[in-house]
Amino acid sequence: MFKILRDLLRYNKEFLFGTILILIIVGLIVSSFFSPYDETAIYVVIPDMPPSTEFWFGTTSRGQDVFWQIGASLRNTLIFGIIVAVISRLVALVVGLVSGYIGGRTDQVIMGINDTLGALPNIPILLLLVFVLRDQMTWSMLAIVAALLGWTHDSRLIRSVALSLRHREFTRHAVFSGMRTSQILIREHLPYVMPIVFFTTMNNLIWAIGLEVTLSILGFSDINRPTVGGMIYWANAHSAMVAGVWWWIAFPMLFVVILFLGLFMLAMSVNEYIDPRSRLARMGA
Amino acid sequence: MNGFLIYAGKRFLQFLFVVITGITLAFLIAHFSPVDPVEQTVSLLTSFGSTDPQAVEILRQSLRELYGTGGPLLDQYFTFWGRVLTGDFGPSLSSFPTPVMTVIGRALPWTVGLLTLATIIAWIIGNLLGALAGYFRNSRLLKLAGIVIMALQPIPTYIIGLSLVILFGFIWPILPISDGAQVNLAPAFNWAFISSVIEHGILPALTLVLVGIGGWFISMRSLVSNIVTDDHVIYAELGGVRSSRIFSHYVARNAMLPQVTGLALSLGNVFGGAVIVEFVFNYPGIGKLLISGIYSGDYSLVLGVTTIAIIAVASAVFVIDIIYPLIDPRVKLG
Repeated sequence: MFKILRDLLRYNKEFLFGTILILIIVGLIVSSFFSPYDETAIYVVIPDMPPSTEFWFGTTSRGQDVFWQIGASLRNTLIFGIIVAVISRLVALVVGLVSGYIGGRTDQVIMGINDTLGALPNIPILLLLVFVLRDQMTWSMLAIVAALLGWTHDSRLIRSVALSLRHREFTRHAVFSGMRTSQILIREHLPYVMPIVFFTTMNNLIWAIGLEVTLSILGFSDINRPTVGGMIYWANAHSAMVAGVWWWIAFPMLFVVILFLGLFMLAMSVNEYIDPRSRLARMGA
Repeated sequence: MNGFLIYAGKRFLQFLFVVITGITLAFLIAHFSPVDPVEQTVSLLTSFGSTDPQAVEILRQSLRELYGTGGPLLDQYFTFWGRVLTGDFGPSLSSFPTPVMTVIGRALPWTVGLLTLATIIAWIIGNLLGALAGYFRNSRLLKLAGIVIMALQPIPTYIIGLSLVILFGFIWPILPISDGAQVNLAPAFNWAFISSVIEHGILPALTLVLVGIGGWFISMRSLVSNIVTDDHVIYAELGGVRSSRIFSHYVARNAMLPQVTGLALSLGNVFGGAVIVEFVFNYPGIGKLLISGIYSGDYSLVLGVTTIAIIAVASAVFVIDIIYPLIDPRVKLG
C-alpha cells in the first residue's frame, strides 16, 4: 500500500499535485477544530473587514471570520460528499454484483430498473423533494436522497466486471465446494471490483459535493450550517459583490476550485494506475 | 429492418417505463408531503390580496384535484395522469390566473435554444480537440489546451458562471450579464430582437460550453489514443496513407460512435446545469422558472416543470437511441 503511494507520488505528476491540493483542504479542515468561534454563531467579529493580518480572509457582513468559516464549511461539505459516496457505493456494489452474478432474467429486470432510474433527471426530482419537504429537509436527509440518486451508472460498471467473473474457473470451484452466493460475492468477486469502486468513489464524491454546492447556493439546504455553497448563498443574500465585500465570495470560490481540482487529479491518476493500458501509453509503449 | 423495429420497440418500452416511473415518483413525492399544499397555496394567494371568493374556491377545487387530497389514492393517481396527458396543471400561483402550461411554454424556447446550442458546441469542440490531442500526442499546444480544459472540467457550473459575470460584467463590461434579451424589446422576428437574444446568450452559453467541454475532450482523447495503436491504423501508416487522411477516416470516425451515446446520456444531466446557469444569469428559461416557483411556493408550477423535465429528457434520450444504430452498424439490433 505504502509502496503504491510512494510510486504514485514519485512518477505521477497529477497524483502529486492532487495530493498537495487536498492537503491544503485537509489542513483547513483540521484547523477548523481549533476555531475560536462557534461555526454557526453570527456577529462575533467586526463585519465587512477586508483581509488583514488579524482577519486573514476578511470578515463577512454577518460578522463572521471568513477563515474559520471556510474551514468549517469545507468540513461539512466534505462530510456530506463522503456520506453520499459511501451509501451510493454500497447500493451500486450490491446491485452490480448480484445482477452480474445471477444473470439471465433477474439481471434483465434489475438492469431495466437501473437504467430507468439512471435516465430520470436528478435535479428536478431533487428540487421537487426539497420543495415539498421544505423545513423537514435536513442535511442528513438530503445526503440519503442524493445517495439514492447517484449509483446507477456505477452499478452498471460493476456488473460488467461481475459478468465476466461469473464464468471464470474459480467461481465454479467456489460453487462446487459449497460456498453460499453471498460468500462467493463477498470473498471471491468483491476484490476484483474494488478498483472500480475506488475510482467511481472519487467521481461520485465530486458529483455529490457539486450537488451540495448547487443546492446550498440556491438556498435549498440547511443554510444555517456552514457549507461552501451556504457561504456563497449568504454572500449573495447580502449582495456582497455589489457592496464590494469581494473576499466573502472570492475565498469560498477559490477553495471550491482547489477542492475540486484536487479530487479530480486524484481520480484521474488513480484511474490511470488502475487501467494499465493508459499507463503503457504514458510510458511510450 | 425487422431487427430495427424490434430494437425501436424495446427502446420505446424503456422510454414509456422511464416516463411512467418518473411521473409516479413525482406524484408520490407531492402526495406524501407533510404540508397541505392546497391550504398553504390558498392562504398564500389570499394574503396576496386576491379576495374574490369565487376565484379562490375555483382555485381550491382545481388544486385539490391536482394534488389529490380527496378520494382513494388510486383515483387521485389517475386524475393526476389525466392532468399530465392533457397538459393541464391548473393555474400558476405566482402569475395567477395564467395556466402553468402557458408559463412553461413561454420559458421553454429559451432553455431549449440555449441548451441545444451550448451542448452541441461543447460536443463539437470537445471531440475535435480531444481527437487531435489523442492523435498528435507530442504537440505542445494541444497538451496545454488539454491541461486548461481538464482544469476547468471539475469546477462547478456556478463558479464558472459567476467568474464570467465578474469578468465581463464588472471588470470588462462588454456583455450583458442578465436576462434573455433587452427587457424593453418585444419578442419579434427582427434583427434588433434577435441580436439582443444572441448577445444575452453568449455568457450563459459560454458557461455551459466551458463546463461541458472537458468530459468530451477526455473521453475522445482516450478513445483516439487507443485506436491509434490498432492494427488497421498501423497498416495504413506503413502503407503510406497521408496522416490527415488517417486521422479523419481511420481514427476520428471510429472514435465518434461511442461519443454519440455519450451525447444522449449527457442530455439527462443537462437540465441540472440549466438550473444553475439560468439562476446566475437571470435567464428566463425553465430552470429559472423552477427556482422562482420554489421560492414563491408555487406548487402547480413546480410539479408542472418537474413533469415536463422528466418527459423532455426521456424523449431526447429515446430519439438519440433510435438514431444510434443508423450511425453505428455494430449495434446489435435484436
